[in-house]
Formats: sequence, structure tokens, C-alpha cells
Amino acid sequence: MKAIQISVFLENKSGRLAEVAHALADAGVNIRALSLAETIDYGVLRLIVDKPARAREALSEAGFTVTETAVIAVQMADRPGALARVVDMLAARGLNIEYLYAFVGTRGDSAVVVFRIDDAEGAISALQAGGARVLSAEELSGI
Amino acid sequence: MEPGRLRELQSARLREAVARVHQRVPYYRAKLEAAGVAPGDVGGLEDIGRLPFTTKDDLRETYPFGLFAVPMEEVVRLHASSGTTGKFTVVGYTRQDVQTWAEVMARTLVGAGADSRDVVQNSYGYGLFTGGLGIHYGAELVGASVIPTSGGQTKRQLQIMQDFGSTVLCCTPSYALVIAEVGREMGVDFGQLPLRVGILGAEPWSQTMRHEIEAALRIDAIDIYGLSEIIGPGVSFECREKRGMHINEDHFYPEIISPETGQPVPEGEYGELVFTAMTKEALPLLRYRTRDISRLLPGPCPCGRSFRRMERVTGRTDDMLIIRGVNVFPSQIEEVLIGVEGTTPNYLLVVDRKPRGLDELEVQVEVSPAVFSDEVTKLERLSERIGYEIENALGLRAAVRLVEPNTLERSMGKAKRVVDRRDLG
Repeated sequence: MKAIQISVFLENKSGRLAEVAHALADAGVNIRALSLAETIDYGVLRLIVDKPARAREALSEAGFTVTETAVIAVQMADRPGALARVVDMLAARGLNIEYLYAFVGTRGDSAVVVFRIDDAEGAISALQAGGARVLSAEELSGI
Repeated sequence: MEPGRLRELQSARLREAVARVHQRVPYYRAKLEAAGVAPGDVGGLEDIGRLPFTTKDDLRETYPFGLFAVPMEEVVRLHASSGTTGKFTVVGYTRQDVQTWAEVMARTLVGAGADSRDVVQNSYGYGLFTGGLGIHYGAELVGASVIPTSGGQTKRQLQIMQDFGSTVLCCTPSYALVIAEVGREMGVDFGQLPLRVGILGAEPWSQTMRHEIEAALRIDAIDIYGLSEIIGPGVSFECREKRGMHINEDHFYPEIISPETGQPVPEGEYGELVFTAMTKEALPLLRYRTRDISRLLPGPCPCGRSFRRMERVTGRTDDMLIIRGVNVFPSQIEEVLIGVEGTTPNYLLVVDRKPRGLDELEVQVEVSPAVFSDEVTKLERLSERIGYEIENALGLRAAVRLVEPNTLERSMGKAKRVVDRRDLG
């Protein structure tokens, strides 16, 4: 039930993000969600896309350092308290979240939160036991 | 000394040195035999070209003591500097060598105008590095009052300089600028201090930097040259004319050769500096290739000294960098990176010197998929670890910067490893 995130190493210089966007556009890849973690010298761009394999290939060819990262995508109702409930399930098992980011689905009534957790297996079982809806890679790509 | 007499002395000392290493150092005996030279073949300086060169590789091969010409009970001091393969370059001194060293350093100090009334603040590092103790013994022989402050703790240096009335400062040129800068911040008026001379060396510097130091510290900045393989500081020194460095050539015989052919270059032309440490007892090196580029200056010096002068070192024959007095080889950094990453990454060393600052080394490392992580903390830990390992291996702090692959310049298929932005012009 793990989903795939595309992670890209980006130096902090102008135009690099544009090059990522163009490489993906040329490959016909649609971006669902993204987040950028930055330091003084560089950043790590994290992408959820509809075609992860093609995205990875296109970015590698464009000369970027890119990897696929296993993440957990949880679909939840787009209303107050939904995230709190999910995070509680992880905290109860002592699972540490490295980072997370969220996006609202196209239908508008639900949100998807992407979690990066070192113990992904443990997290998935905790979430499923708690009744959270964990999306498969296919489900996430289809959103 | 009158030139004819000097030449006689040098010839005699060269003969003795060749005979000594032939008799006492099996490695040299084999080297001489391979070159087809018997000690009897060397009548004097005119035959020096027949002798084989000694290189850093010879020192590495005989690590640590294989080139010593005396038994260890006669060695009273060991110094070492970092080498290319993680091994040190080890040098040894007999009691007589320590005296010789003190004498050539005393000449250096006197050349700079120092005498027994001076208070010498010695901010070269004390330790395995030859700078600190080399200056120290020379200054004591002159009869000056030596303050062994060693390097660092700049505010304390300035406090001592003011309170003890230091008249001579010995340190690297870049550290002299740091002292000037920190002094300014502390509100020190150098024009009011008794400090009058700086004896500066152990790293390349320029005429511009000399003027800057002289203006900031209100001193005469004197250039000195040396390398541990030959003796340490004291190989050559500027007099107050500041027109090239007089070589202590009664002990260290200089040659300038073409680095490619090994043949001597025409008089006055640039080439690789080669020294024969004729009088050294523990480590008498024959025709040691310094890899430093310089030339011998023609004509006499107005100061009246007859020892020939060499120009300030203008470059290196290889990629070696001298940063804050530490020898840095790209291969050392490469080793560290291989150790950390498991494979050879592409990297670039950028050396810079901020205005009035120390030399700074930045190591740019391309992030390969093997070490890339989607977690910034892991990437930060990677660069921290590289920095830590570099400091551990080289004794030098470096800024580590992760960069995208294929961004580092390559020339002719071979990666360019070093960018030296220090303006030594």
C-alpha cells in the first residue's frame, strides 16, 4: 500500500525548478502535489505525479539526481479534525513522521496527506487498524 | 662570503654529503648505483647534474625513517607534515642539525633586522609543523625574548602584543591580516605599538598582500621560505631590501630545473626549485624536488649579502594546494569522499581568500543517486560527515557544499579538481 514519490535534488539557482517542470511537461507527466524542502545551498523537491516511472526517467535524462521514495498517502475527509485523528494513530504507536504535505483532491470533498515515515510497514498497519484510508500507488495516481 | 670560497665550501660539502648517504643510506646507495654514480665521481658542484633527484615519492617509499643517515639514538627531534597518501612526510634532526637550523633561522631574523633587544611574538604553530620551533630556536640564538604564543586565540595574541610590547611578529601572512582585522575591531592602534617587523611565510602571498599587511600593522613585512624536507623555515629569507630571498646556500644548494626535462634552466629563468641539504646529518637529501616554481635573481643585493636570492614562489608544479600552511592534495579529499560515499564522486575544490581573511577551502561534491536522500536532514548529515572526515584527515576545516551532478567543469575528459581564487597577483 505504499505510494511513490519522486524526489529531486535541486541546487539553489534560478531556473532549476522551471527545468523540472518543463522536463515533466515534455514527458506528458501531470503533477498532483509537490513540496520543496530547502537549505541555504540546495533543496529537495518532492513530487506526486500521475506517471512516476516516466517522471523519473525524464528527470534523469535531463541530468537531475532523482530517486523514488516510498511514501504513505492517506485520504481523509476535508474537514476539521481529520488530520488530527490520523496523526494520533501514528503517535500512539510511537511512529515518527519525517515530513508530510497535503493536497485537496479534484472532487473537493476529500484531502490527501502524504506521509514520509521511516517505518512504513508499521505505519500502514497502524493506519489501517485505525480505519484510515491508505491509498495504493495506483489509487494515488488516479486521483 | 667571497663567491670562489663559497663554491669551494659547497663543493666540499656536496662531496661529503654524497659519500655519507652512499655509505649510510642503503636506499640512496641503490639510487646512486642505478644512476651509475660512485661517490668518487662527484668532485664538486660541477658534477651535481650527475646525481639523481630525490622526490616526495622517495620519502613516501622509505616512510618513516628509511632516508635517515644516522641511527635513531642520534636523532633528537622529529617533525612531520601531511602527505598525499595519508602518510606523513617525516623529517629528523640530530643535535647538530638543530643547531644548524637555529643558525640559519638566526640569519633569517637578523636579515629582517631583529636582534637581542627584540621581543619576538611567535604565532607559527608549535608542534609537528616545523614553523613554530624553527623560529623559536633561531630567535633564542639571536638572544631575543621569545613569546611562544603559537597560532590562534587572536584576541589573546593582541593582548600579549600590547602588554608585552612585541616588536617582531612571526606568523603566516594570512594570519597577520587576521590579527590586523581583529585588532581594528578591538580598537588597537598599531601605530602606537612597538611592533615593527613581521616575519611571514609558510604559504604563498603577493606583493599586494605585503603592502596591505604593512599598512594595517604599520610594520615591515618580510618574506621567508622553507620546507621541512630541507630543514623547515630558514632555507631562504628576505633582508630589509625586500628584493628576493637570500638562500642559505652554504647549507642548502639551490638549482632551478625544468620540471619536464629535469635539466637546468638558463640563468635567471623560472623553473622548479631543487635543493641539496648538504650539511644535514639526519636527513641529507640530494637534489630534492620542491615542486615550487621560482627563479634565481641575478646580480648582487644592495644589502651586501653574497648569498644568491630566489624570487617569491610563484606556483606549484602539481595540484598541491597550501592552505593556511597545510598541504592539501586533491587526492586526499578524494580518499575522504570515497570513504564516506563508497564510490568516487565528482568534486571540486575551491580555495578563496576573503579580504583580510584566512584561506578558505570549499569542497563541492556532486550528489549522486547513491547518496541522495529525500530527507534534508540526511543530506545535511552527509555534508557534515564529509567536513568532519576532511578535518580529521587534513587538520583543516572545509566548507562542504552539495551540488547537482554534471555541474562541475570538466576539461579534456579529465575532471578539473581545483579552482584557486586566491589573488596572489
